[in-house]
Amino acid sequence: MTLKRVILKDSEYEIKRARILRTKQMTETEKYFEIQLPGGESLDHEPGQFVEVSLLGIGEAPISISSSPTKRGSFELVVRDVGKFTGQGGRLTGALHKLEAGDEVGIRGPFGKGFPVRILEGNDLLFVAAGLGVVPLRSLINYVIDNRRDFGKVTILLGCRTPQNMLFADEVNEWNKRLDVNLNCTVDKADPEWKGNVGLITSLIPGVTLEPERTFGVVVGPPIMYKFVIKELLKKQIPERQILLSLERHMKCGLGKCGHCQINDVYCCQDGPVFSYDKTKNFPEAV
Amino acid sequence: MQYVTLKKERFDDFISRLAQDKKVVAPVAQDNNAYAFEPVTSGRQIAKDYIPTILPPKKYFMPQYETLATFNIGNGQQMEPVVEYERMILFGVRTCDLAGIQCLNMVFSERPKDHNYLVRKSKIIIIGYECNDYCDEYASCRLVHNHTPNGGYDLFFTDLGDKFIVHINTQAGDEIIEKTKLFEEANEKDLKALEALREKKRKIFANEVPVVHENIPQVFEKSYNSNIWEDLGKKCLSCGNCTNVCPTCYCFDVIDEPNLDLKTGKRYRRWDSCQSETFAKVAGGESFREERAARQRHRYYRKFKYPVDKFARLFCTGCGRCSRTCMAKINLKETVTALVAEQGLTDKKAGKE
Repeated sequence: MTLKRVILKDSEYEIKRARILRTKQMTETEKYFEIQLPGGESLDHEPGQFVEVSLLGIGEAPISISSSPTKRGSFELVVRDVGKFTGQGGRLTGALHKLEAGDEVGIRGPFGKGFPVRILEGNDLLFVAAGLGVVPLRSLINYVIDNRRDFGKVTILLGCRTPQNMLFADEVNEWNKRLDVNLNCTVDKADPEWKGNVGLITSLIPGVTLEPERTFGVVVGPPIMYKFVIKELLKKQIPERQILLSLERHMKCGLGKCGHCQINDVYCCQDGPVFSYDKTKNFPEAV
Repeated sequence: MQYVTLKKERFDDFISRLAQDKKVVAPVAQDNNAYAFEPVTSGRQIAKDYIPTILPPKKYFMPQYETLATFNIGNGQQMEPVVEYERMILFGVRTCDLAGIQCLNMVFSERPKDHNYLVRKSKIIIIGYECNDYCDEYASCRLVHNHTPNGGYDLFFTDLGDKFIVHINTQAGDEIIEKTKLFEEANEKDLKALEALREKKRKIFANEVPVVHENIPQVFEKSYNSNIWEDLGKKCLSCGNCTNVCPTCYCFDVIDEPNLDLKTGKRYRRWDSCQSETFAKVAGGESFREERAARQRHRYYRKFKYPVDKFARLFCTGCGRCSRTCMAKINLKETVTALVAEQGLTDKKAGKE
């Protein structure tokens, strides 16, 4: 008649012991991790999904997957040191920043609905990423580049605070060199060497030439950015259902239960994080 | 339909016999006209006439603190998911609380399933208990049609004066009847008495909010931008009492607790509240329900709108706990009445036969 504790075989909270293969300090506050599941098992994710990353004893947090599923055998994450960036909280991300190749992390997932790649096929794509938004968007950009023939015209618009804050700068450079990709960057604050644009990400949109009926706008960035970018895309006549957003919420359990990520009646962790604008415009709490 | 009866003088024996081989929990009187589900070994410990307990029986299905896994990081990220459960019999569950358990069942059975909840649920036997009259003025069980039983129990007791009439709903319930050997077959007179009681209840339980039951979702469809939420926001202290005592609030946080050796420890979940300012905050510092008004509205929509769309069911059980416990006197009946009036859907005759 006492409290019994037994091992639960089918628990959704079970983590996989994953190994860090490689790390790279990308900026002062962002660190890159290449991670492998036990036995090189595939993560089997869709671009735009996320995983829950654990350090037992410290906690767990949702992190976007940055690599394309076309990259096999391992996957990539970029983690912002939240404590350093905002000045509060961020115990887990601070601890993650101390890890190096060979260390272990716990992984659950992948979770959520990513970008609808099958629907995007055959269409023109306009990627809009600001700040950390390039991290999840990169999973789709690289997927599209690896299957380049299946998609129409590809335009990438990137924005960040300063040239030093640019994530994946080498890779962005590679994208820029490709003749099948149009790329344009802007920074809030330039330095003497910067040759690109200065200003907000929204300032790049009016200059893009596109065929709205066959264009999908794919937008990822900080919460404040969405309403301004959406407005510009609508001005370009892109249909509401062809504007895709990846929304940031605190996806604590990833299982549609704990309530933290709820946006009106949807759970961002299960129903999102990717939504089309024709859906989110009916959620007053979305953007 | 199978009914048996239990003479009241045998009630004490009944509980004692149950308690011989299983833990029995039932409402026990506390100070200040408050009641709580607590372990009992005799019928005499159980409160005769009780208003809804401070915490609903959800505390047994989804404990305030629950270990999800134990870990040992001595050699990497090693964890073992666990479930904690206790075999028990819940006695004296009112119809509002039966409805609350049914709501939680739906939530945690939905995929991805919550096996911790489902294992625990399978170890609990539920004995319901009918309210012959209102508990107090906070209840709104008639509004949500929970003043009479809608299943969700193994056995259901109704007080007929000198005896209880008991509905046997499941095999597990029948086994209790067989094992305790204290019950008699219900006769025609007993069944008539039950029918008469239910008939009488139809007059006692009047619609607590003047609205047609079927119109409730419509009221909430139109009330999203109502100023009433601002009024609630001005009163609300964000203490989270309302969500803690709600039988259908199930939001939680997941926390790691290392032991003093800093190697072993546990990952547990504990109740959380959408009423706290940090609940919908993300790492970058943005909070998606910064205003108290928005958080109160969210609470009401999680009872009267969102679950109706998802599970075709209201998640307000009418128990009245949120109003009873609110330090700022935010009252659910008054709020819904005001929303109904604002939408011009007041119907004073609604719910009256």
